[in-house]
Amino acid sequence: MQNLDQIIQEASAAFAATDDPDTLEQIKARYLGKSGQITELLKSLGKLPPEEKKTAGAAINRAKEAVESALNTRREAIRQAALAARLAEEALDVTLPGRGEARGGLHPVTRTLERIEGLFRSIGFEVADGPEIEDDFHNFTALNTPDDHPARSMHDTFYLQDESGKVAEGILLRTHTSPIQVRYMQQHVEKYKHLETMPEIRVIAPGRVYRVDSDATHSPMFHQVEGLWIGENVSFADLKGVVADFLRRFFESDDLQVRFRPSFFPFTEPSAEIDVAFMSGTLKGRWLEIAGCGMVHPNVLRHVGIDPEKYIGFAFGMGPDRLTMLRYGVNDLRLFFDGDLRFLRQFV
Amino acid sequence: MKFSESWLRTFVDPKLSGAEFSHLLTMAGLEVEEEDTVAPPFNDVIVAQVLEVVKHPDADRLNVCKVDIGAAAPQQIVCGAPNVAAGLKVPCALPGAKLPGDFTIKVAKVRGVESSGMLCSAKELGIAEDASGLLVLPADAPVGQGIREYLDLDDRLLTLKLTPNRADCLSLTGIAREVAALTGAPARYPEVGEAPVTIETRRDIRLEAPHACPRYCGRVIAGVDARAPTPLWMQRRLERSGIRPISALVDITNYVMLELGQPLHAFDNARLEGAIVPRMARAGEQILLLNEQTLTLEDDVLLIADDRRPVAMGGIMGGEESGITLETRELFLEAAFFAPGAIAGRARRYGFVSDASHRFERGVDFGGTRRALERATRLVLEICGGQAGPVSEAQAALPERTPVRLRPSRVARVLGLAFDSARIAELFTRLGLTFVREGEDFVVTPPSYRFDIEIEEDLIEEIARLHGYDNIPAPAPQGALSMLPQTEDARPLARIRRIVAGRGYQEVVNFAFVEEAWETDFGGNAAPIRLANPIASQLAVMRSTLIGGLVANVATNLKRRQNRVRVFETGRCFTRAAASGPVAGFRQPWMLAALAYGSALPEQWGAPARNVDFFDVKGDLEALLAPAELRFEPATHPALHPGRSARVLIDGAPAGFLGELHPQWVQKYDLPLAPVLFELELDPLTRARLPQYAEVSRQPPAIRDLAIVVPHETSLQALIDGMTANRPALVQDIRLFDLYTGKGVGTGKKSLAFRIVMQDTQRTLQDAEVDAAMQQLVAYLQQAFAAQLRV
Repeated sequence: MQNLDQIIQEASAAFAATDDPDTLEQIKARYLGKSGQITELLKSLGKLPPEEKKTAGAAINRAKEAVESALNTRREAIRQAALAARLAEEALDVTLPGRGEARGGLHPVTRTLERIEGLFRSIGFEVADGPEIEDDFHNFTALNTPDDHPARSMHDTFYLQDESGKVAEGILLRTHTSPIQVRYMQQHVEKYKHLETMPEIRVIAPGRVYRVDSDATHSPMFHQVEGLWIGENVSFADLKGVVADFLRRFFESDDLQVRFRPSFFPFTEPSAEIDVAFMSGTLKGRWLEIAGCGMVHPNVLRHVGIDPEKYIGFAFGMGPDRLTMLRYGVNDLRLFFDGDLRFLRQFV
Repeated sequence: MKFSESWLRTFVDPKLSGAEFSHLLTMAGLEVEEEDTVAPPFNDVIVAQVLEVVKHPDADRLNVCKVDIGAAAPQQIVCGAPNVAAGLKVPCALPGAKLPGDFTIKVAKVRGVESSGMLCSAKELGIAEDASGLLVLPADAPVGQGIREYLDLDDRLLTLKLTPNRADCLSLTGIAREVAALTGAPARYPEVGEAPVTIETRRDIRLEAPHACPRYCGRVIAGVDARAPTPLWMQRRLERSGIRPISALVDITNYVMLELGQPLHAFDNARLEGAIVPRMARAGEQILLLNEQTLTLEDDVLLIADDRRPVAMGGIMGGEESGITLETRELFLEAAFFAPGAIAGRARRYGFVSDASHRFERGVDFGGTRRALERATRLVLEICGGQAGPVSEAQAALPERTPVRLRPSRVARVLGLAFDSARIAELFTRLGLTFVREGEDFVVTPPSYRFDIEIEEDLIEEIARLHGYDNIPAPAPQGALSMLPQTEDARPLARIRRIVAGRGYQEVVNFAFVEEAWETDFGGNAAPIRLANPIASQLAVMRSTLIGGLVANVATNLKRRQNRVRVFETGRCFTRAAASGPVAGFRQPWMLAALAYGSALPEQWGAPARNVDFFDVKGDLEALLAPAELRFEPATHPALHPGRSARVLIDGAPAGFLGELHPQWVQKYDLPLAPVLFELELDPLTRARLPQYAEVSRQPPAIRDLAIVVPHETSLQALIDGMTANRPALVQDIRLFDLYTGKGVGTGKKSLAFRIVMQDTQRTLQDAEVDAAMQQLVAYLQQAFAAQLRV
């Protein structure tokens, strides 16, 4: 049976000699095809005497298996080599940048406003909006501002012309977002007038406001957020609690120092100015004025039809522009309104 | 209000350091806005007297002086100051002294002559700019005394930022009263007795505007020396309060104003005629003021007139013609109470403010008018000599001090902290608030110097202030927990902004007042809403469109070499409208506008570079508005290219415009490329729909393509609308997937290829019915649009 071993060796050598799958299949035919050597040997078995048939047959079958095994091994090797070649060829420079549009971004003050809204929503404050061209009643009178108050003058407040070019009586650009609160309170009172006790008012009012002022630290248009909580038992202590909590959450700083000191606004009494001091960073230890607040003046409540003996509450107002500057270290207010993409993209 | 701390401490001297003192004031509502020192740190400088001056043997400009420094032997000091002279008293820095600028004095030889110290100028001590010579001290300055002590150079200058309700603290007396109340330290006020009356000369007073001037006191002082020097202590206190000393009579009136809070005015009595008449101005009446302004007055301005003419704007400023000069021998001194409402805003209307108007419009103590007059009289007699006449006084109805009731229960409710009656009584007593008890309540009569105590809350604020805002607790708030609504069929603005930002646009915030040309060019608005008092001509009208701002943003960024700009803004725009909305006569809708300029994509390796076009931005808009039903129809807009602009309809209603900027504006605004932009009203964008499930078919769809050739001007929308309206029932979707013009299609024509999806939810479609449906569509297109089938 030396012949069989020789066939196996020859076949194995022939398989190994090719890298090409088609050639491999042709070589296979030489041994295992219809007239391949192994096939021919199997056909010749019939001519052998019966006593030899069994052993010869077993030997040929072993040889056949050996050849098939060598073939499969070679097939697999070629397939692997081909795959490896393809993978190598298809490799990318993964450090090339991705394709398509870059993301735009929100204005930094929008980021701040959204944070403020989110924090106050978390304790049940709604967000209200209102007109920017306002009337004198909602901007001043309802807020207990005296008729001769300097804030009403054309040095401080923008007024509009009527169609004939004269100053339109009592029409102005709101100087704060407090008139939103006035409108909100009026609507709230109307909505719940059928109830003996109206639900609490918890609302914040963000928006753009306007004042006749323009220099390095003042913009004639800027942002404000006012907050209001009116109920049957809302005190100055609650005001301190809410605002201090807000400021610490906003700046994500538990050790932020917050102080309230007496101040004066026509629409609150008692009134306070709120200062904060950071315990680290470039502004460490300095008291920074950040907001004004107080208990809503009984006259304001009366103006919107709320009985100040039954209901009581607080209001506060702060500048999101300033909060944004402190939070992100911006040092020039004017950058917010300049549209410079090199600045704005930093907040994407 | 600026003042010297050491002057204040002559009234009240609590055991507090400078820093603690400032903190105390700030936390009581008298915010210390600025703290200044009088002199920088230095040491070992004393008052010395020059005894002898001899020329330096080897230097023309130097002198060798013998100087008495209060020690046993005189010191020899070389001095180069031109004004050095024997007998002068000057500051002398002794060896070892450290002067400002880190300059140490040592015993040294100056051109061979030993010098044991340095005689100093004001500049060398850092207390003034004058470097022209030695600082000459008064002849009575005590030799040997430290100069810091002698000139009170360790004083601090405090500037209070007073709120308008605290006019009572616009004087040293007022601040002292407050400090005494806060600390319990005793306060001492200047003693003011009546000045001796030694002549009979007087002037009558006739109150013709008693509501504006309910109290007027005045007196003649004759025989004064207007050239008498103002005492140095008074000059120093004035200077340290930010008031420049001028002449003794003026200085005295200013001094008493700072001390007591009562503005005074001195007339030259020789220039007055007849009675003094506080009255309202007649419209058009003129007055020449001390500041050399001639004003034409309106009839709501209070005048002080004599029998002949106006002599002062009451409570605001005196007249030039009746004012005192250095020649004045006889003066008429005025102390009056002017009602805040009669003064408020008047000075500002004419473009100035004065110390007097600042105080009167906030409220001056009407109980202290006479006292201030006496105080000033005594100072005049003391400093300028002369003889005082009797006080003429006229009085009408002074402001009422209505008692205010305070309920301790209300204190607890407002502050969230209970105070017992004893504590309230103590705080009121410290504040000088007199009260009576009625049951639990306190009934408080506010003093004449407080104009800010009218209601219970005002008293509660006083309690809180004196108790200390810091001492009120700050608990976590408690309230009824009810969930806020969360409407799913509305898209909040925050989400809309994020979608737009997600498409590559950067949010900007532009001013709502704009250049008038922007309104004309981009809004076609010939009659914009004008501001009555704009701060600049380019910020003069309210915007009715956001486009101008965005175009300007492009220009700004191009200047800064940012060549690809994608920006958006949300904000209100403003137009006149018939009575509607919260403010009658105006529409103030929120708008959203976005603009893309430059390359379609950021510069990159993997996509061909091309400039942004209409359909890029339309794609952004569609992404923003999905799944609302959108339509675009050709329409013109003043800002946009007429052939490249479309009106946007959301659910059938016009919502805004999309288009390329008009070439004429591209040119006018100096843009190298045309931006593409859209502007929409925000309201329809915030509407969303609640999803409603529709059955999903399990059957396989049949998909066929259909290519047709139609005239170039046929709009896709017309084809889609027509096919949709005339489609066989089993057609589910018709979508354009190819557009071709050019070779093989013929001029004036275009080829459109549609993919038609057919499906039935219940069964699999047969080829025959699919073919029939396609036939029906083709037949419709041929008949309605003269379409040719392309094969």
